[in-house]
Amino acid sequence: MTDTTTEGGYTTSELLAVMSSRVLEDGQTIFAGVGIPLLAATLAQAMQAPGLTILFEGGVLGPFIVPGELPPSTNEQRCTRRANMVLSNTDVLLLLQRGYVDIGFMGGAQVDQYGNLNSSFIGDADDPKIRLPGTGGGNDIASLTKMIVAMVHEKRRLVENVDFVTSTGFWHGGTSRADDGLITGGPSQVVTDLAIMGFDVESKRMRVEALHDGVTREEVQDKTGFDLLFADNLKTTEPPKEEEIAFLRNLDPDRVYIG
Amino acid sequence: MTNSYLELREETRARDRSLRDKVMSLEEAAKVVKDGDHLAIGGCTLSRTPMAMVWALIRAGKKDLTVSRSITSTEGDLFYGSGVSNHIMTSWFSQGIVWGVSKVMRHYTETKQATFEEWSHMAMGLRYRAGAMGIPFMPTRTMMASDVGGRIDQTTEMICPFTGEKVLLVPALNPDVALIHVQRCDAYGNAQMDGLPFMDADIAMAANRVILTTERIVSNDQIRRAPDRTKIPFVTVDAVVEVPYGCAPHECYGIYEPFLPNLDSYAEMIRTDPEAGVKEYIKKYILEPESWAAYLDLLGMENLVDAGIRGRSIYND
Repeated sequence: MTDTTTEGGYTTSELLAVMSSRVLEDGQTIFAGVGIPLLAATLAQAMQAPGLTILFEGGVLGPFIVPGELPPSTNEQRCTRRANMVLSNTDVLLLLQRGYVDIGFMGGAQVDQYGNLNSSFIGDADDPKIRLPGTGGGNDIASLTKMIVAMVHEKRRLVENVDFVTSTGFWHGGTSRADDGLITGGPSQVVTDLAIMGFDVESKRMRVEALHDGVTREEVQDKTGFDLLFADNLKTTEPPKEEEIAFLRNLDPDRVYIG
Repeated sequence: MTNSYLELREETRARDRSLRDKVMSLEEAAKVVKDGDHLAIGGCTLSRTPMAMVWALIRAGKKDLTVSRSITSTEGDLFYGSGVSNHIMTSWFSQGIVWGVSKVMRHYTETKQATFEEWSHMAMGLRYRAGAMGIPFMPTRTMMASDVGGRIDQTTEMICPFTGEKVLLVPALNPDVALIHVQRCDAYGNAQMDGLPFMDADIAMAANRVILTTERIVSNDQIRRAPDRTKIPFVTVDAVVEVPYGCAPHECYGIYEPFLPNLDSYAEMIRTDPEAGVKEYIKKYILEPESWAAYLDLLGMENLVDAGIRGRSIYND
């Protein structure tokens, strides 16, 4: 993650964590990866969503994260602190298929106009420029529940078509996702350091719903690799509050994830 | 991988599955693995990795293994770098999020010296589970409408005969050998695990042979006092090896957390020239030490104590 400190006195990662935490609602059960998703979910628990249940694909149901002890991945013992249950990776992922998960919360290397994510290959899969680590549970989460993606807003990251669809968004747009077998779920929001985006109901193309304070439509479009739609009632988000930033800094005192 | 269900049944029938002492050394256990075998690895990422057995297989110079695991970390680098395997089937492959993309995985796959066959995490789990259940495939609703699914030709879509819905069928995976590390087991191979169970119970049931490494061997009486805690039954197990700190530098729940300075120094070793770096690591940490204890010596007492304090702290609250 970038460690650029913005004018408001917080880092890009902190802004992303705050903005995506606000999207989460009390009572939801969410799948979270480490990094921004886990910071955001833990922040949401401290703010508007004390009853938010976190799932880790390592096999953890309902943990609470101890400040200063953020896990290096979602599969280590630190993830199990104060958890309600540990279960096999297969079984925790099957909760998605059964329908017990409201939101899958992921970071993304590359997203396209239909919300498809790539974390497998940069370039041609048969002769890649970069072989990335792969799907993990990303493909399962994206296939089986609603998805929120948090990422830095850059032209090379928000591309018209991803090189490889690792985690499916609205696939080729329209009804193609359901037509090809994924009859539930789909991306709900893409949260970046510039804006919050949703998707057009019919075409399933990405649509800007809200701009962060001080960000212009032109700036968002300029840093996006495809033509964005803009909502008629385009909103402006409230900047991060001091208490939100303070909570994140206490959670990650070594600034491993907040930059 | 075992060719057919009947062959698997016949080989299972022929194994000595009696309640017998299976305790042996790492070197003896390595003989259970044959060149060309499909090897399934227990644990996940940095957790309960059967590192001592991986270490022993590299020392034994095994060849042409296909390796599968839920999520693959540095042990995957070591398989590629040692030449023990150039085909790894997994859902995610890198040292860990905080170290970024594995440079060794990138180097070997991008230069086409090795294959990283990518399946979704749940699909890997369902393949092992189907293998454990003795059925040929599992239907699922994942991995359709994606390039992850599209790139793999071992699956097929079908219309459910009951509901008319489209489902994906993933084939059962019955590994030739499973490597699993646990906190404790008895000499017969009744294994109890603490903390995260990962896919280990399914892998043990699916495999044709199982090698258990364990932090300690306890009496069969202890196992019988808490049979509800036994997750892998002795009938599936062929070898038991007692290896304290058998996951180092990875973690074993409740006993030690990852040896972070070692993992950091490994990441540094492979930074500029991944292939030379991983080979240097293998020479220094795997081939040269006289024993597992000598390997732990190289990791250092300070690191071992620190990892232990962090590991046991899970029970401090």
